[in-house]
Amino acid sequence: MFPKPIEKQPRAAQITYQAMLPLALLLWLGPLLAVALFSVKPAADFTNANYWGLPSSFEGAFNYGQVFFNSDMPRYLLNSFMITIPTVIGAVALSCMTGFALGIYKFKSNLWIFFMFVAGNFVPFQILMVPVRDLTLELGLYNTKTGLVLFHIAFQTGFCTLFMRNFIRALPFELIEAARVEGISEWRIFWYVVLPLMKPAIAALSVLIFTFIWNDYFWAVVLTQGAESQPVTAGITSFNAQFRAAYQLMSAGSIVAALPPVAMFFLMQKHFIAGLTLGAVK
Amino acid sequence: MTVAADIPEQESWFHRNQQRIAPWLFLAPGLLFFMVYVIIPVFQSFNLSLYEWDGLGAAEYVGFRNYEDLYWEWVDRDAFFISLKNNLIWLILYLLAIPAGLFIALFLNQTVWGIRLYKSLFFFPFVISQVVVGLVFTWFYDPTFGLLNEFLGFLGLGPLNVLGDERFVTYGIIFAGLWPQTAYCMILYLTGLNAVDPEQIEAGRLDGAKGWRMLWHIILPQLRPATFIAFVVTIIGALRSFDLISIMTQGGPFGSSRVLAYYMFEVALSEYGFRMGYGAAIAVILFLIMLCFIAYFLWSMYREEKGH
Repeated sequence: MFPKPIEKQPRAAQITYQAMLPLALLLWLGPLLAVALFSVKPAADFTNANYWGLPSSFEGAFNYGQVFFNSDMPRYLLNSFMITIPTVIGAVALSCMTGFALGIYKFKSNLWIFFMFVAGNFVPFQILMVPVRDLTLELGLYNTKTGLVLFHIAFQTGFCTLFMRNFIRALPFELIEAARVEGISEWRIFWYVVLPLMKPAIAALSVLIFTFIWNDYFWAVVLTQGAESQPVTAGITSFNAQFRAAYQLMSAGSIVAALPPVAMFFLMQKHFIAGLTLGAVK
Repeated sequence: MTVAADIPEQESWFHRNQQRIAPWLFLAPGLLFFMVYVIIPVFQSFNLSLYEWDGLGAAEYVGFRNYEDLYWEWVDRDAFFISLKNNLIWLILYLLAIPAGLFIALFLNQTVWGIRLYKSLFFFPFVISQVVVGLVFTWFYDPTFGLLNEFLGFLGLGPLNVLGDERFVTYGIIFAGLWPQTAYCMILYLTGLNAVDPEQIEAGRLDGAKGWRMLWHIILPQLRPATFIAFVVTIIGALRSFDLISIMTQGGPFGSSRVLAYYMFEVALSEYGFRMGYGAAIAVILFLIMLCFIAYFLWSMYREEKGH
C-alpha cells in the first residue's frame, strides 16, 4: 500500500494524521457548510450583518418550509424527477442493446460505430445547440419535459454505449458460444444470458446518469422556459430572483436542489464509484 | 427454440443470417436517436455557420463572413479573443485538478477508523450540480460577507471583489470549478491506488525507494489508466465550462469572464440578438479545438483495442 500505512508510523504521526483529517475536511467543505449555516438563520441576521455568528434563532424549519410551501420549488423538483427518471430508463435500455451489439458481434464497421458513439459523447454542447433547439421546436416539444428527455436519452446513449460495450467485452464469451451451440436465438441470448449478467453495470449507469441529468443546466436553459417544465437547476435562478437578497431562503433552496443526487450517491455509493472509475484500473 | 412449421422459408432465412442481422437490429434504436440528436446536428451547425439567420426568418447565405467577423474580433482583441484566451487559461489551470486529486487521494489512502466516510465526504462536491457550486462560490467570494473576505480581513488584507474584477474573475471561477473536478480525480486515483501491486512496492522498498522516488517510479506508472481518464474528463470539463460562468458572472464584468461555450450561447440565444449563424461559427471553432483532443483520445483507445 502506498503511502506507507499510518499504523506503521510513529505514534506522533498517527495523532497528527487523525487530527488533520477533520480539519482538512472542514476546510474542503467550508463553502458548503457556510451555505448550510445560512440556511438556518433568520432574515434578521442578514440585515444586522450577523453573517458568521451563531444564528440568533434557529429558523431552519421556517426557511425550508418557505422553500417547500411558498415557492415553485416543489414544482421544479417534480419536473427534475420527471425528466431524470425517463432519461435513465431510456438511455440504459438503448445502451444495453447497442453495447450488446458492439460487444458481442464481429462485423466490419463495429469499431467505427463504437468510436462514433464515443466521439459524439465528447462533442461540445454548443455545436448541437441550434439544430437541436430547432428540431425540438419543429416537433412541437419546445418547453416540454418530453423534448428535454428525448435529447438527453440520445446524448447519454453515447456514454452509456461506451460503458456497456466495455462491460460486455469483459464477460466470458464462452457463455454466448455455448448458448449458440444450443441453438438459442440471438434475442434470447441477449435477454436470458447477457442481461442478467449486466445488472451491476445497469445499476452503476443508472445512478451516474441520474446525477448527470439531474445536474444538467445548459439544456434546461436551451430547451425549456417556465415553471411548468424547467428542472430545478434552471428553476433555482428564478427562485433566487424571487427571493433576491433573502440569503437564508436562497441557501435553503440550493441545498434542497442539491439533495437528490447526494442522497442517490450515499445510497448507491458502491455502484456510483464503480461506474465513475470504470477503466481506471486495468 | 421451436421453429414455426407454417413459415419454414422465412424462418430459415432469418435463422441462417441471424448473426449478421442481429447486431443491426440491436443497434437500430440507439443509433437512430444518436444520429438524429447528435451526429446530424454537428453537420447542420457546420452548414449553419455559413449563413446569417435570426432563428425565425429566411437564412441568408454569407459564405465565410461569420468567420471573417470572428477573425476581426480576434485582431481587435474583442469578445472572441477574450473568450479564446480564457478557454486557454481554463484548459491549463483546470489540469491542476489532476495533481490536486492525486494529492488528496494519497492523503486519504489509509485504513484508519472512519476513513470511508471521509472519502465519501471529500468526494461530495462532485455530486452537487455546478449550478449550486456556482452559487456557493458566489457567496464565498461576496465582498461584504463572503468567507474569503472574512479570511482576508483576518489577515489584514482585502476586501477583494473577485467576481467584480476583470483581473481575477476568470481565476475565481476556475477555482470554483476545480473544487468538484479535484474530487473526481481524487476518486479515480483512490481506485487506482487500491489496485497498485503490493509486491512492486515491496520490491521498491528493498531497492531503497521511498517518498517521491517511489511515487514517481513505481506508483505513477501503475496509475496510468487513472491518469488517462482524469486527463480526458478534465479537458472535456474545461472546454465545456458554461454553468459556472452563467451562474456566477454571466460572462461579466464587461465580458471578461466569457469562454467560447458561453459566448456562443450569448450570441445565439440571449439579449444580444439571435445571431444563430454567428453562434454556429463560434461553436464550430470550439468543436475543432475539442476535435484535437477527441482524435487523441480515440487514437489512444484504438491502440488499446489493437493491443488486445
